[in-house]
Amino acid sequence: MAWDRNQMAERAAQELEDGMYVNLGIGIPTLVANYVGDKDITLQSENGMLGMGPFPYEGEEDPDLINAGKQTITELARTSYFDSAMSFGMIRGGKIAAAILGAMEVAENGDLANWMIPGKLVKGMGGAMDLVAGVGRVIVVMDHTNKAGESKLLKQCTLPLTGKGVVNRIITNLGVLDVVEGGLKIVETADGVTEDDLRAATEATIVG
Amino acid sequence: MKKVYSNADEALDGLLKDGMLIAAGGFGLCGIPELLIDAIVKSGVKDLTVASNNAGVDGFGLGKLLDTKQIRKMMSSYVGENAEFMRQYLSGELELEFNPQGTLAERMRAGGAGIPGFYTKTGVGTQIAEGKEVKSFDGEEYILERGIFADLSIVKAWKADDTGNLVFRKTARNFNPPAAMCGRVCVAEVEEIVPRGSLDPDHIHLPGIYVHRIIQGEHEKRIEQRTTRKREEA
Repeated sequence: MAWDRNQMAERAAQELEDGMYVNLGIGIPTLVANYVGDKDITLQSENGMLGMGPFPYEGEEDPDLINAGKQTITELARTSYFDSAMSFGMIRGGKIAAAILGAMEVAENGDLANWMIPGKLVKGMGGAMDLVAGVGRVIVVMDHTNKAGESKLLKQCTLPLTGKGVVNRIITNLGVLDVVEGGLKIVETADGVTEDDLRAATEATIVG
Repeated sequence: MKKVYSNADEALDGLLKDGMLIAAGGFGLCGIPELLIDAIVKSGVKDLTVASNNAGVDGFGLGKLLDTKQIRKMMSSYVGENAEFMRQYLSGELELEFNPQGTLAERMRAGGAGIPGFYTKTGVGTQIAEGKEVKSFDGEEYILERGIFADLSIVKAWKADDTGNLVFRKTARNFNPPAAMCGRVCVAEVEEIVPRGSLDPDHIHLPGIYVHRIIQGEHEKRIEQRTTRKREEA
């Protein structure tokens, strides 16, 4: 037993507090928006929008209104628009309380790799480097292991970094871990997963 | 001084030169200067360096300038949507300088504001920092990034008046204001040129001081990822 994608997103939504301005990455992080409940959360889209709404109804798509994944979206009563320099000003300036994003690798010192695999097609980092360097709290949501069953929580990243020492919390299908002095600390385990299971699946040093 | 031109070819007349640096607005295919790109294709100018967040898609936007091999170098944050781009890049025909998205936007803004360099924590300890000065402020490390001073800016807005005051629409604003600011000359294409006095001065997004030439035209405004939701049953 472990958490599925939706359960990981639901757990990540618990990280968000009333009144927060938040940036959600592509993939599982996008699903987090489905689980914020009554909390007053404002979503940022880094191409220049605060207060991102849901996808439009068919026939109401607007080519001038897209999110950072280039998908058509809608606005809300609270929405504001601004240019890219201001958008990354609020990111770099620490005004965005948290970013929830996916990763290929996280190291026990908080290093994050999620933008390129040497030898493979490199599409670019987009806004990921700015986000992880700038926002208040970086929360990674990802599978605990890769397709070969190897830990994605490492002593050291092997891939080129997106940010150095930037990750605060990691939510995987097996549980929740924090980056602390000396390594990773288990915060909780997923349903039906024991601490021993989690340790066995983790290459990074687990402290405490 | 007359800023309004009748079409994109006329608006670019005398401004294009082989080897020049062009800053282009737009994010993905949203808010891109479609008409000016077409006119640059037609002009045949070559060896261009283009600072733009993305590189269009095959056959549309900046993708057209890649098809004709008029671009020598791109300065971008994300280029994943263009197969011809990747082919030219992997074969060594095209140079690529990756910039984190916020760094690219700030480099344009800084250039437009007369700032030749600034320190940022984005990219510290990554490949992006290689070869760049690192400086510590209050115990934290930052890297030096340079302002971009473009020879020409090409941008797209929603409305303009004849003095070049611009209003953008929704997320089509994106890189257009910083791209406009960093050029020695800026040409803007808009959906509608309105009479002087009809734009509320409090609602102008980019003052006409940054805009030298304007054209009005029809835009295709292609959607890259059409996503919708179902209507709830009544």
